[in-house]
Amino acid sequence: MSTVIENHHDHHHGPASGLMRWVTTTNHKDIGTLYLWFSFAMFLIGGAMAMVIRAELFQPGMQIVQPEFYNQMLTLHGLIMVFGAVMPAFVGLANWLVPMMIGAPDMALPRLNNLSFWLLPFAFGILLSSLFMEGGAPNFGWTFYAPLSTTYAPPSVTFFIFSVHIMGASSIMGSINVIVTIMNMRAPGMDLMKMPLFVWSWLITAYLLIAVMPVLAGAVTMMLMDIHFGTSFFNAAGGGDPVLFQHIFWFFGHPEVYIMILPAFGITSHIIETFARKRLFGYSSMVWAMLSIAILSFVVWAHHMFTVGMPLAAELFFMWATMLIAVPTGVKVFNWVATMFRGSITYETPMLFAIAFVVLFTIGGFSGLMLAITPADFQYHDTYFVVAHFHYVLVPGSVFSIMAAVYYWIPKWTGNMYDERLSRLHFWLSFVGVNVTFFPQHWIGLAGMPRRYPDYALQFADWNMVSTAGAFLFGASQILFLFIVLKTVVGGKKATSQVWEGAKGLEWSVASPAPYHTFSTPPKVD
Amino acid sequence: MTLKGVTILKKLKAVLLWSCIAVSAPINLFAQWDNLNMRPGVTDVSNEVFELHMLIFYICCAIGLVVFSVMFYSMFRYTKKKNPEPAKFHEHTGLEIMWTVVPFLILVGMAIPASQTLKEIYNDEEGEINIQVVGYQWKWEYRYLEDDIKFFSNLSTDMDEIYNLVPKGENYLLEVDEPLVIPTNTRVRFLITANDVIHSWWVPDFAIKQDAIPGFINTAWTEVSKPGIYRGNCTELCGKNHGFMPVVVKAVEMDEYTDWVMERKEAAIRLAELTEKEWSLAELTERGKGVYQTNCVACHQVNGQGLPPVFPALAGSNIVMNDKAKNIEILMEGVQGAAMQSFANQLSEIDMAAVITYTRQSWGNAENGDGSYVVPKDIVEYKPKI
Repeated sequence: MSTVIENHHDHHHGPASGLMRWVTTTNHKDIGTLYLWFSFAMFLIGGAMAMVIRAELFQPGMQIVQPEFYNQMLTLHGLIMVFGAVMPAFVGLANWLVPMMIGAPDMALPRLNNLSFWLLPFAFGILLSSLFMEGGAPNFGWTFYAPLSTTYAPPSVTFFIFSVHIMGASSIMGSINVIVTIMNMRAPGMDLMKMPLFVWSWLITAYLLIAVMPVLAGAVTMMLMDIHFGTSFFNAAGGGDPVLFQHIFWFFGHPEVYIMILPAFGITSHIIETFARKRLFGYSSMVWAMLSIAILSFVVWAHHMFTVGMPLAAELFFMWATMLIAVPTGVKVFNWVATMFRGSITYETPMLFAIAFVVLFTIGGFSGLMLAITPADFQYHDTYFVVAHFHYVLVPGSVFSIMAAVYYWIPKWTGNMYDERLSRLHFWLSFVGVNVTFFPQHWIGLAGMPRRYPDYALQFADWNMVSTAGAFLFGASQILFLFIVLKTVVGGKKATSQVWEGAKGLEWSVASPAPYHTFSTPPKVD
Repeated sequence: MTLKGVTILKKLKAVLLWSCIAVSAPINLFAQWDNLNMRPGVTDVSNEVFELHMLIFYICCAIGLVVFSVMFYSMFRYTKKKNPEPAKFHEHTGLEIMWTVVPFLILVGMAIPASQTLKEIYNDEEGEINIQVVGYQWKWEYRYLEDDIKFFSNLSTDMDEIYNLVPKGENYLLEVDEPLVIPTNTRVRFLITANDVIHSWWVPDFAIKQDAIPGFINTAWTEVSKPGIYRGNCTELCGKNHGFMPVVVKAVEMDEYTDWVMERKEAAIRLAELTEKEWSLAELTERGKGVYQTNCVACHQVNGQGLPPVFPALAGSNIVMNDKAKNIEILMEGVQGAAMQSFANQLSEIDMAAVITYTRQSWGNAENGDGSYVVPKDIVEYKPKI
């Protein structure tokens, strides 16, 4: 009997060969890799769309595209970057890292894991194919406010709705998997309050996703009903309410923006701790801060809607609640600084990205605080000030943290060190590019340039030109990133299992590259 | 040697010159600092909003200065080279409490003036003058509720400027054919709504930004102290010409405003008289061309080809060529569930007849269809049917 089991086991200890390995895989490392490459592809496609947008805005007047195509670009850019680039990248990191960090052999539900990834290419295939449909792709912004996205939408909106449903299903499955894995498969001795912060951040993120993805699904389903089945959820003429759409959307949308930043908090904490060679300051306050941010994220949604004409009481409530978020966010920043204080710091590429994350995310946080002040928001709302704000938290925020994570863990994934010189170049180009692109957008926003405009008044010309130059620099430097990653996958200096002098955690206790199966026997954690 | 020296000197000069330009360019741009910040505006409310904005901005700067100073100090002072042995501490309850409570108190200090200003903005009394603002794809309509004046305000920037065929004017994309006119030192209340999708009516100098939502009426008010022309935009994505429906408000002294109201009323009477006149085909086509360019080209295009499938072609359309009755019906009532809106209240009888006639006479429609045209009386007769 036992011999049979042994044999059975032997057949499965390496990856299958050929293309089918990737289609049928249930291995968390393979699926993590798939997610990461998929998100990189989407990052480049969404980035190309951003280049179209910035090229059109290089000068006043219409030069390159028509307004209707411009609107399609800005819609797809937003949808692809949010749902196709940032979220799948974090799910990819979770797949690779959560089992290794908690000493589990794999995700708890490996087949579900395969399905949740393989839904994504179909979802985005459908979304991108709408570009070639009659009437063009969705053109109503990534926030798709009704009735622009219902009565007045191009026919492709139905495909958009279907694609959002699939993305949502994928996210929910992924989140269930993360929660079940973390709750059930931690190595003996690893209490919740001993979990690595990245694991904590993903546990919270997964709960947020399960809470709000169905709300998004509800919103798009109501749109579908309004468009095809004669209901009037969002149509005032039929007794509905267009503002209802915004409430539902942002009830999803605000937790969504934290879904895109909480894992970044986890990543940054690990990297700063490693390269400061000093234990993270205030671990438990970091956990509580993330929990508070997650809970507050459910009661601040209407700060995206200060101008829809809510009653005074609602405006006041959402202003105060939003300002409150600055407290736990501040705690996190202070803790990171305190970790660096009296440390023994070196500046490898992951650390450079992590420090840039802290500085630039904080700047994004400041503009967020300004936006929370309702009377001032009446001036900022829907201008480039908002564009600058959310790009500061998303690009040098989420995206930088993902790049930091890639540089930090790629020696563990591939067994090779990345090229330190090229990666520093990548960092500095990205850093300069991102600031040259987005910092001037604060100014043109304050000066009065509305967002989602394909053309603008002459006083905004200079800084739009600068912003476009920065965008192309940032875009081009991501080609370098692709090159560095490929170069590391192919070869390079062999990495030790420890990789970084100051690294702590179970993932550093296995060989580099990490064997196909790790922790078949759970390690013991004190 | 000398020759080489001269070349080097020349090169050096060029480098110096270019670096001067490179350095001074941002400085020149910074010299227009006013263009990089919010404007205080011309009402009490807008000034208060500006003060709030500067206050929160300075608070953020101060916090940033403290946090980043400690951070950069640590980054330079505690490198591995200078501090090979890291400290061991990793928590401090007192510190944690301090940096939770202090930011909280700062926020409370910020929330108080913000709440007060917000209360003032929400003071919803009726105005001395009440104006309904209606957003359409892609223009604004202003209805003066007391004086029974109403008109549309369209972008007046030439298409050739937008497509870079001629130089752009000073108020490029911020100019309209008919601005909203309001009196100074008078409480003016706006009742803001929309006809199709959501728009948002923004005048930065009044600190008013209020969404225009179909089926709902939002209010805003202002009291402008300084006569002048104030320019703003639509700030909610409303379709392809979202960027091309500016708001222009002309604030004038009360006397001038009263004169303007009289003038508008007389103009309305003159227009009614014109409706009775016999119009020739040539007159109607000529007038219709202008109406078409202001109201129709955005969707149906200059050449009548439209942008199918959302915006159908008029050139070669069976309705436009042969079905006069249906043609009038569509213009008067719009098309249910499609982007085509009713123009019955947007165009005068004359302009309505003229624009239908123009489309029926253009792009070969007259030659290929029945060639019939529409006169203002047809529209007057249709009106009771709505």
